[in-house]
Amino acid sequence: MAKMTGKQMVVEALKREGVDVIFGFPGGAIIDLYDTLEKDGTIKHVLVRHEQGAAHAADGYARASGKVGVCVATSGPGATNTVTGIATASLDSIPMVVFTGQVPTALIGNDAFQEVDIVGITRPCTKHNYLVKDVKDLPQVLKEAFYIARSGRPGPVLIDLPKDVQNGKAEFNYPEKIKLRSYNPVIEPHGKQIERAYRLIEKAKRPVIYAGGGIIIANANKELRALAKATYIPVTMTLMGLGGFPGTHELSLGMLGMHGTYCANMAMANSDLIIAAGARFDDRVTGKIEAFAPLAKIIHLDIDPTSIQKNVKVDVPIVGDCKRVLKKLLGAAKDGGRPAEAWMDQHQAWLQQLDAWKKRHPLTYKKEPGVIKPQYVIEKLYEMTKGRAIITTEVGQNQMWTAQFYKFDEARTLLTSGGLGTMGYGFPAAIGAQMAFPDKLVVDVAGDGSIQMNIQEMATAMEQRLPVKIVILNNQFLGMVRQWQELFYDRRYAATEFEMTPDFVKLAEAYGAKGFRATKPEEVDDVLSKGLEAEGLAIMEFAIAREEGVFPMVPAGKATTEMLLV
Amino acid sequence: MKHTLSVLVENTPGALSRITGLFSGRAFNIESLNVAATLDPTLSHITLVTRGDEFIIEQIIKQLRRLVDVFKVVDVSEGEFVEREMSLIKVRAEEESRAEILRICDIFRCKVVDVSPKSYTLEVTGPESKLKAVIELLRPIGIKEITRTGNIAMMREKKTM
Repeated sequence: MAKMTGKQMVVEALKREGVDVIFGFPGGAIIDLYDTLEKDGTIKHVLVRHEQGAAHAADGYARASGKVGVCVATSGPGATNTVTGIATASLDSIPMVVFTGQVPTALIGNDAFQEVDIVGITRPCTKHNYLVKDVKDLPQVLKEAFYIARSGRPGPVLIDLPKDVQNGKAEFNYPEKIKLRSYNPVIEPHGKQIERAYRLIEKAKRPVIYAGGGIIIANANKELRALAKATYIPVTMTLMGLGGFPGTHELSLGMLGMHGTYCANMAMANSDLIIAAGARFDDRVTGKIEAFAPLAKIIHLDIDPTSIQKNVKVDVPIVGDCKRVLKKLLGAAKDGGRPAEAWMDQHQAWLQQLDAWKKRHPLTYKKEPGVIKPQYVIEKLYEMTKGRAIITTEVGQNQMWTAQFYKFDEARTLLTSGGLGTMGYGFPAAIGAQMAFPDKLVVDVAGDGSIQMNIQEMATAMEQRLPVKIVILNNQFLGMVRQWQELFYDRRYAATEFEMTPDFVKLAEAYGAKGFRATKPEEVDDVLSKGLEAEGLAIMEFAIAREEGVFPMVPAGKATTEMLLV
Repeated sequence: MKHTLSVLVENTPGALSRITGLFSGRAFNIESLNVAATLDPTLSHITLVTRGDEFIIEQIIKQLRRLVDVFKVVDVSEGEFVEREMSLIKVRAEEESRAEILRICDIFRCKVVDVSPKSYTLEVTGPESKLKAVIELLRPIGIKEITRTGNIAMMREKKTM
């Protein structure tokens, strides 16, 4: 077999893994790989303006498409700039492969120019990582990296490539299939556990399905819908689970948790059976753990055994891929042979109660003359896009208002940093999503704070001619922190007020994009339609009510029934 | 409660650091740690002693199993098992205490592995309680230095990793 250089191996592996676009930023230690990418010419490279942008773009590409996202950075500062992006992907279980350049093996440990121990730095925030010391190992490492990134509970994998490994030669035996003795995720659920779970479902009078990001990662939205419909069990979703079940479905209770709906939180608190599917009982969902779902038995299905029994005691754990588990549960329900009317009868009182809660405190906000309410902007955005856009968000109030007022019906249409809560995620993620779906409408909902964290990627979007739309809800505050200060810190607004924000319309123009601004409620519709219809990249800025809050709200550490309402 | 875990891991650079990182990153405690290759040189055997209630131990075991490099994890202290530790103890050996040290050494079946005009170095092997007893007896005489291997353990009877 002909020998190949390490850099050629990387390009060859990318092709075999079906990677058509990568995001990156070059530098001295990765220049060799770039040279090969350029000569080869088959893989589209998106040049970002900051490596964090590359990592988030690869992540957004992965979330939108379900494929593995790939990004490239040089050694040292290039590599460290990707760390926030890697941790973001790690906490939300996003499949990603990150290539970093490294100083030549002979210099490793010498504090060489642009040297950093990126494998050491990213060990706790990757699913796995490699420092390749011998080019002979590279084919196996490349295959493993993609396999590990996308299988089981997905996650980011980093491959550190010293300069001499990129240029060294060896035979390229790319394994077709791979089997690792120490890594065998459980996909198929245990039959006994399915039976035990079904027996609980059969008996439950007040069941709730609590669906998380695992539903979306496992592409299990159809199975979830089928199970809910067949058994008349209502569904509440985590932030990561939104779109995993249609938000407009009559069995949808909306989002639960800190900023969840009144109905969803009341449902959890009064339920006698919680079916947690691909969710992990995060503190933003459970609130005060001792007061969480006191009456409920819990069935927990998750591909990652560590998620089960981590925060709450579980009655029936089911380890396996969500899609398979839900299919099996649906199968059990069919075998059970109970007719639809019987399920409906059994849950009727419960569904009526839920409906009463829905009506008592629906998601709402107070309209005020002369001021733009952010919720109104999101409602209008939902209307105008017919709920069909891919929406990315930054983190904070903009994220929560979007989660509450945009009704996501489809999986992979909300891309948001749920676990790590990374401000600056939304815009580069939108770039990644737009690369995956050039013909879809992609909108980043941002605040004036978070958009500035990766605003430099405006140039990337312009260069790639990406028609990403940015909605900026501008309150000249770091709004979510301000809201906490208002509620729990006697309104001492420590370091949350922006005395200066740029003119976003002019900023858009400076990049060659379009900019629109609304300062009055009656201008909102016009600005949205102009912005959404504009050719290419556009910013729509809305001067919103400065001290508007996100409600309902469960104060951190309180029981989820102790909600502050509008 | 004290638990002794046997962990088989791929003998690759970084594997140990992943394991210790997991403990420090989640504020779990490691009481002792011993690592060496097995008969199969591609696998290392780690014996790890830790403390925690059943939920913490369950999490520790699951988290360890989740690591890509970890092949197998067994809580050997759940069943019948043998546990041993070795220690080297350099003890001050003046004229008047030399005989006493040798007597202790004899009683506990320790070995003298190094002798100098002013010190003995003893090798002690046994369960932790024995090491503790020897150390307590030697302490008043004057321990100059001590190193311990940490526990190594094995399940009894027919069970193997």
